[in-house]
Amino acid sequence: MRKCTLYSIESPYREPLDVLGYKFGSGEKSICVVGAMRGNEVQQMYVCSQIIKELQRIESYGRIADGCEIMVVPCVNYYSMNIGKRFWTMDNTDINRMFPGYSLGETTQRIADGLFEQLRGYKFGIQFASFYQPGDFLTHVKLMHTGFTDPEKMRDFGLPYAFVREPRPYDTTTLNYNWQIWETNAFSFFLNSTDNIDERSAVDAVDSVIRFMTRQGIIKGSGKGGYLTEIISEKDVVQIHSNIAGIYIPKVNAGDRFSKGDQLCEIFDPMEGEVISQVKAPFDGIVFFRYNRPLEFENSVIFKLIRR
Amino acid sequence: MVKTIAQAGLAVNENLVIKRNRITNPNMGLTGKKRVCIVTGTHGDELEGQYVCAKLAGYLSENSSALDGIVDIYPALNPLGIDSITRGIPMFDLDMNRIFPGTSEGTMAECIAADIISDIKGADICIDIHSSNIYLKEIPQVRINEISADELVPYAKMLNIDYIWVHSAATVLESTLAYSLNELGTKTLVVEMGVGMRITKEYCDQLFDGILNLLKNVGVWNGKTKPVREPILSTDHDVDFINSSAAGIFVPCVDHWVDIEKGAHIGDVLDPATGRVEEYVTAPCAGKIFTLREFPVVYGGSLIARILGGKNNA
Repeated sequence: MRKCTLYSIESPYREPLDVLGYKFGSGEKSICVVGAMRGNEVQQMYVCSQIIKELQRIESYGRIADGCEIMVVPCVNYYSMNIGKRFWTMDNTDINRMFPGYSLGETTQRIADGLFEQLRGYKFGIQFASFYQPGDFLTHVKLMHTGFTDPEKMRDFGLPYAFVREPRPYDTTTLNYNWQIWETNAFSFFLNSTDNIDERSAVDAVDSVIRFMTRQGIIKGSGKGGYLTEIISEKDVVQIHSNIAGIYIPKVNAGDRFSKGDQLCEIFDPMEGEVISQVKAPFDGIVFFRYNRPLEFENSVIFKLIRR
Repeated sequence: MVKTIAQAGLAVNENLVIKRNRITNPNMGLTGKKRVCIVTGTHGDELEGQYVCAKLAGYLSENSSALDGIVDIYPALNPLGIDSITRGIPMFDLDMNRIFPGTSEGTMAECIAADIISDIKGADICIDIHSSNIYLKEIPQVRINEISADELVPYAKMLNIDYIWVHSAATVLESTLAYSLNELGTKTLVVEMGVGMRITKEYCDQLFDGILNLLKNVGVWNGKTKPVREPILSTDHDVDFINSSAAGIFVPCVDHWVDIEKGAHIGDVLDPATGRVEEYVTAPCAGKIFTLREFPVVYGGSLIARILGGKNNA
């Protein structure tokens, strides 16, 4: 393993921000894994740290394929992580909305530019991303469909579900989108949590990424195990909105199976304690996303469900 | 008449409410009359538009007999953000000007965005007033996407602003209110001026005069107006950016919107612990400083100034 500084920027009041990369093997730039781009993506950083640990073990057994280089970047924006902010410390901009970056631009544009210089050129790219809305996902891999990356490749992660999504205008400045423009096969990996560590889920995520690397021939081995992945798109996911605001108590978790008519959540009057709404499952299915904060607004997306 | 045009329940005993004040001439029918919308408060830390709206609403209401059309004022598209000095929508950590045109099938914020679009669309003109952020001070200007320039520049010239910046098209900007409305055929001008979290009365008064002038030119206002200034058009000039190369505190030694020579001293980036000058900032070209850093702390890359240079050859 080689530890290297991919990009560094001075701060007037703090130690320099050094974005670290961990490289394994040598030769063709085969795969790059990026973790926390935002300050609250703790699980994303944790999973990357566990991937680094596992790759060290794999490397010690001589199982990195000849001529292949793997790079893992566990955390880009640890400045924000250390002060409990999601976006950039000073101007609240999102590094993952600054790609491909600009070397003469604003600070986060320069970080994106310096970083992208190092992340570019890999055959595969995996980013551990997070959703802007607080909630728990069924762990899945997502493809922003630009036409470059083959959706079928997502099956190699061996997760139960993989999701294909059409890019929207605001997606065009993300790492995932720009990776594909620069001909890296890019995937976003959504974990079931963001702000909190879930060890069990992290183990599954590490296994999935190692399985993917193995199935691409980057790591020697059989690459067995995992699920037969079902590839879904936006039309397969039904959003459930709350019909009223209040205190929200979910009755199911991300990944749970349910039957039509099962109770998904209750909403309470925050002052008088009465149940003011009960959301029932409209069909048999699986919880793909579950909002996870105690207070919710009217019309909030509280569940995303996959029909079974 | 003040009306709620979008609403959503908040968790505890409160609603998010977006309001519109419609000002008309009570002695005149509205059939076939033109409608102009004044919109502001998308970013909760941009407050210049609050004073423009207040001044406009008060003046037009007192002089409504001179109106010959409809003026709709939307003072706060992101009322929770303004109330909490939050740029985005609180609880969502979301830039509201990246979710338009919205959708009634989306999240609460997207539903609100769709309701706003639905209410404004069909207007003849919309003026979307922004301040700068807390970091930079801007002279009164209109920013126009190059794809709409031919249509919008004539209206921008009516607004008594100093500068019209025609910028290149960027896909990410397709999620803004202005882009969405222009796509729907409602001519929308984006005004930027002043600095975040402040009201620059001089600039607000300048724009107020410009809005009255525009209202008169499109036939909505028959009252008094003042002569307006001729703005500089960006397509006729070069624009140079000055970004900090060092980290520290930036202390300017020039004023905003003044003429400077190439190589002129603009300010210093200082190390607050040692007093050392980390960067001696100079002008890369002769021209006028139309953007100047207001917030002193800088990193490498922080924007310090923009200079409107001499006539270009384009």
